[in-house]
Amino acid sequence: MSALLEVEQLEVGFGSRTSAVRGTSLTVERGETHCLVGESGCGKSVTALAVMNLLARGGYRRARRMSFQGEDLLKLNDRGMARLRGNAMAMIFQEPMTSLNPAYTVGSQMTEVLRRHKGSSQRVATDRAADLLARVGITAPGLRLGQFPHQLSGGLRQRVMIAMALMCDPQLLIADEPTTALDVTVQAQILRLLAELQRDLGLGMLLITHDLGIVARVATRVSVMYAGEVVESAATAQLFSDPKHPYTQGLLRCVPVPGKQRQDEPLGSIPGTVPRIGPGFEGCGFRERCSFADASCAQTVPHQTAAPGHDYLCRLAP
Amino acid sequence: MLSFLTRRLIVALLVAATVMTLAFVLTRLSGDLATSIAGANATQADIEVIRKAYGLDRPVLTQFFDWVGRALTGDLGNSYFFQTRVSTLIAERMPVTLTLGITGLLIALFVSIPLGILAAVREGTGFDRAVQMVALLGQAMPSFWLGLLLMITFGLQLGWLPISGTGSWENFVMPGVVLAFSAIPALTRLTRAGMIQAMGSDYIRTARAKGLSRASILLKHALRNAAIPVVAIAAVQLGFMLGGSIVIEQVFALHGVGFLAWESIAKNDFPVVQAVVLVLAVIYVALTMVADLMNAVLDPRLRV
Repeated sequence: MSALLEVEQLEVGFGSRTSAVRGTSLTVERGETHCLVGESGCGKSVTALAVMNLLARGGYRRARRMSFQGEDLLKLNDRGMARLRGNAMAMIFQEPMTSLNPAYTVGSQMTEVLRRHKGSSQRVATDRAADLLARVGITAPGLRLGQFPHQLSGGLRQRVMIAMALMCDPQLLIADEPTTALDVTVQAQILRLLAELQRDLGLGMLLITHDLGIVARVATRVSVMYAGEVVESAATAQLFSDPKHPYTQGLLRCVPVPGKQRQDEPLGSIPGTVPRIGPGFEGCGFRERCSFADASCAQTVPHQTAAPGHDYLCRLAP
Repeated sequence: MLSFLTRRLIVALLVAATVMTLAFVLTRLSGDLATSIAGANATQADIEVIRKAYGLDRPVLTQFFDWVGRALTGDLGNSYFFQTRVSTLIAERMPVTLTLGITGLLIALFVSIPLGILAAVREGTGFDRAVQMVALLGQAMPSFWLGLLLMITFGLQLGWLPISGTGSWENFVMPGVVLAFSAIPALTRLTRAGMIQAMGSDYIRTARAKGLSRASILLKHALRNAAIPVVAIAAVQLGFMLGGSIVIEQVFALHGVGFLAWESIAKNDFPVVQAVVLVLAVIYVALTMVADLMNAVLDPRLRV
């Protein structure tokens, strides 16, 4: 059986000047959580939006292959994509405060998904919405269904977004930094909730985050993105114990580990910022910030395999 | 919701009171009323008689409170020229003006909302630019001139529509179009801007991520939010149309309130002028309140 989501050599650009994603490949299997990590502006969100075909106006996508449950997403027209979105593949966004329509009640926004895709009656849809609100830990779901988004806190709104994404029992859930806008205690709750849901419902999840603590807790597999490319991809334990790419190593050094850090050893950081990369860029995107870089890094970078299922994009030997 | 209504009502009453005062003061600023009513050939004795007869010899404040007190009970005084009660006069003429204003507003909404939506969806295309161009031209075109053009074309040359009178609905087509033309540019541009803003918002991305149909995304999710400023401006535009129909009623010889106002100004029939200003202002204030209420219906965040 083919994987749930397969993306090969995805390229996304805006206009003719900016390439946001350059040849990204990733796979999400059924029942696994695939984390996409990297710093701001490295193309994580754009990758997710390209998969959903929700790129902002002016954005274009190209890929060698992009399939969902064996169905070729590149061949689907708008109508075909709309049939999948919210139905078999759902997405949660980073901005819970603004992602719900201020003019409609929570109930109205939740039920329309089920009515649209499954043709359910309003009553069936309302029952399902109330069940899901309870499932994501919202007390008094009946009351919440009749409320408007502005009457709910950020944490509640993000729960509503999660519940709404689950209305049609999706196979794939894409969560784009679902906890970034929330305070720390709520973050933990939401993550625990997502992990639970993922386990109970057996859905495949593509979780975008820049928080390695989250990755360590929930990911089955991790792909590290840098400047529009996946520079390293491995099973979670493998990546944390044996990072191959200098960028991954740098990222891991930036995470404080209680008890492990010596007083006199400063916490790591990676100097510089993600470069802006246009079409026709050659070589490794990280070379200007990399302490191992030499002249050969300006040429095409080889794909290497450190172990089965552990790939990275660097000339350094495994 | 109740406190929202109360606050709006208090503001509306304050505005109405201000307008009443202004209407009274402005009619008296135009000179000595007794002299102008008496006419050019009147003797000083005639003028004094008129001054006494109309109560103009009393102190201004007494006159004001007398007028306000009567107006509050619905008595707007008597017309000097028509020799009838002002309230009867206005009640007779109001249906024509209301029909005209509402016709104008409906035509304007039916044209500008679809046009605004289409322009927003095709933002930056030739169609969008054409719509903006036409809107600009429309705003720059004086309404009496457009009225005359329509009259010449459709009334005189083609003979499709009557050019004056209030006999049938056909009489209201051309003046309605002319009035609508004054509101279409603003409403179209507002709809377009609102739709463009809404379509770029996070909740529209959510609606798309939910796989909703294009019609639902545009008309249910985006338009509902884009409509909020449009409703407010539409109400104001209806107010302008009712007050501004003074020119159009002249051009098309429609005997509405605007026509009455013009006649009364020409004849120094100041109780009528005062009353017309008051009635139009009250309607205007009422329309603004209706707009506020409709906004509260459209935008739940306002219902606090």
